[in-house]
Amino acid sequence: MPFDLLSPAVTALLFESLKQTAYMVSIAALVSTALGLPLGVLLVVTSPGHILPLPIFNRILGTAVNLVRSTPFIILMVAIIPFTRVIAGSSVGTSAAVVPLTVAITPLFARLAETAMREVDRGLIEAAEAIGASPLQIIVRVIIPEALPSIVAGQTVALVSLIGYSAMAGTVGGGGLGDLGVRFGYQRFMPEVMLAVVIVLVAIVQSVQLLGDAAARAVNHRIARGKRSTS
Amino acid sequence: MNAVPPISDFRASAIGDDDPAGAAAVRIDGLSKTFSKAAGPVLDDVSLTIRRGEIHGIIGRSGAGKSTLVRCINLLERPSAGRVFVSGREITSLRGRALRTARRDIGMIFQHFNVLSSKTVAGNVALPFKVAGLPRAEIARRIPPLLELVGLAHKADAYPSELSGGQKQRVGIARALALDPSVLLCDEATSALDPETTEQILALLRDINRQLGLTIVLITHEMQVLRDIATRVAVLDHGRLVEEGATFDVLAFPKSAVARSFLSGLVAHELPPPVAARLLPEPVADSDPVLRIVFTGDAAHDPIVADLVSHFQIVPNILHGRIDYVGDRPLGVLTLVAGDAGKRLPAVLSRLASFGLFVEVIGHAVRSAVTRRHGAAV
Repeated sequence: MPFDLLSPAVTALLFESLKQTAYMVSIAALVSTALGLPLGVLLVVTSPGHILPLPIFNRILGTAVNLVRSTPFIILMVAIIPFTRVIAGSSVGTSAAVVPLTVAITPLFARLAETAMREVDRGLIEAAEAIGASPLQIIVRVIIPEALPSIVAGQTVALVSLIGYSAMAGTVGGGGLGDLGVRFGYQRFMPEVMLAVVIVLVAIVQSVQLLGDAAARAVNHRIARGKRSTS
Repeated sequence: MNAVPPISDFRASAIGDDDPAGAAAVRIDGLSKTFSKAAGPVLDDVSLTIRRGEIHGIIGRSGAGKSTLVRCINLLERPSAGRVFVSGREITSLRGRALRTARRDIGMIFQHFNVLSSKTVAGNVALPFKVAGLPRAEIARRIPPLLELVGLAHKADAYPSELSGGQKQRVGIARALALDPSVLLCDEATSALDPETTEQILALLRDINRQLGLTIVLITHEMQVLRDIATRVAVLDHGRLVEEGATFDVLAFPKSAVARSFLSGLVAHELPPPVAARLLPEPVADSDPVLRIVFTGDAAHDPIVADLVSHFQIVPNILHGRIDYVGDRPLGVLTLVAGDAGKRLPAVLSRLASFGLFVEVIGHAVRSAVTRRHGAAV
């Protein structure tokens, strides 16, 4: 147990940081899913030749998404401070850090969801059109359910990136595990704290990946269950 | 008040331009579709009437435009010109909600089945009901009879990945029939299936046609599919309708070269190329006429070759032939050299015609050594 090497005060700090990371990541994950999925849907359905083609809108949306995605997170965090202040009421602290995290992850998740939904066979969409489904019905009843395993897999990737980004939240006073590692492990020369932080982060990422894979499998009916277990 | 014409009149009366009786399930009027100017039109001024209760086959090579044609019926593809009427209502003028409502009256099944992998069999069949906004209890009540109809009652909770191709197509059929459409469009519905499964699916379609009186429009590149199921056939070539008629008539007396070539595997209309290459267009000193005889109906059972031998003492040499069944009507085509027919040819032709056979002289063949020897003996 790494905790045996740490003083009770540092252990308490570790748990406090873990809580901050969990808070930042979970809120940012929830909000970025709520925003990213519709954004991904829009990127797909408004593309040329899809069910609601709006080429100019699609181009603008795609450019906006790329703009955010190409800005390094550390820059983005500082660059959107005025926006953060409007949303969170402050530009520093754990809650304030949630805003740039959400802004950074939403386009990533939107792109991953877009890719997943673009893979949905045109034939399925046509079959739905042929029974008189509206674009909204096609999105809700065909595109999202059919892409769900890939969307969940994309969500897992985004979540892992989000955990990584959250380590930079210390820059705006957000705290969290990354901040602990930098301030104590690095700046105060406490390698055991650094090690503890790394171990906890690895454990979190592994758990997220395992849970994500299990969830993706649970919603995937593309391959017959029986066939997979016998082969 | 207009008197409703008796049912027998529906068929007899030619379906006119305005189709007042509504006898046409689908009427296609001057349909054209061009995807790109450079490639030229995919459909070129196609007009076709599909009568209520028929199984109407549309055959053509790949790229002939048949898939585009059938997709224009429910506007999955919007035609560049022309109009489509389904059950007397113009579809081509509809958009948005009105079009979506109209589509509920037109079922469609696909080559690759297009069933949702994320939904069970019952879930897939429920989709049209959910789209139409039926209450949950009503949907639950309507699904079992549909699964019963397509023979999948025992698979209600299975996912498509656990089904065979034929079973997936049955799901597609149940889904297409859910909203009780008046027309079922089949886009190469059996092309991805093995021959045995194809037969089963065709049998199911035929049953549905008979039980529900459902009009079926079936496109395929396999003449055999049409022979087994279609009541009428349209032949499409390079986007144009080149032939249309009752299936038996098209099979027995194809008018277009495309139709004849489609039939070659099924009915022996055309001679194999090496044999055809030896035919002479005009008689020469040492040649015999080559006759192509089409048998339809009961004449297929008559021993006409033996009759030629005994009645005229000619020496028939069979080049090519085949007898097949269209529905329960036999259809045979026989190509033979009327060896040593000579001046008796007109008599031979009229005797064959008197049996109810259709005969034509398609060329002349140089006498073989065997025939020559035989002729010398006579």
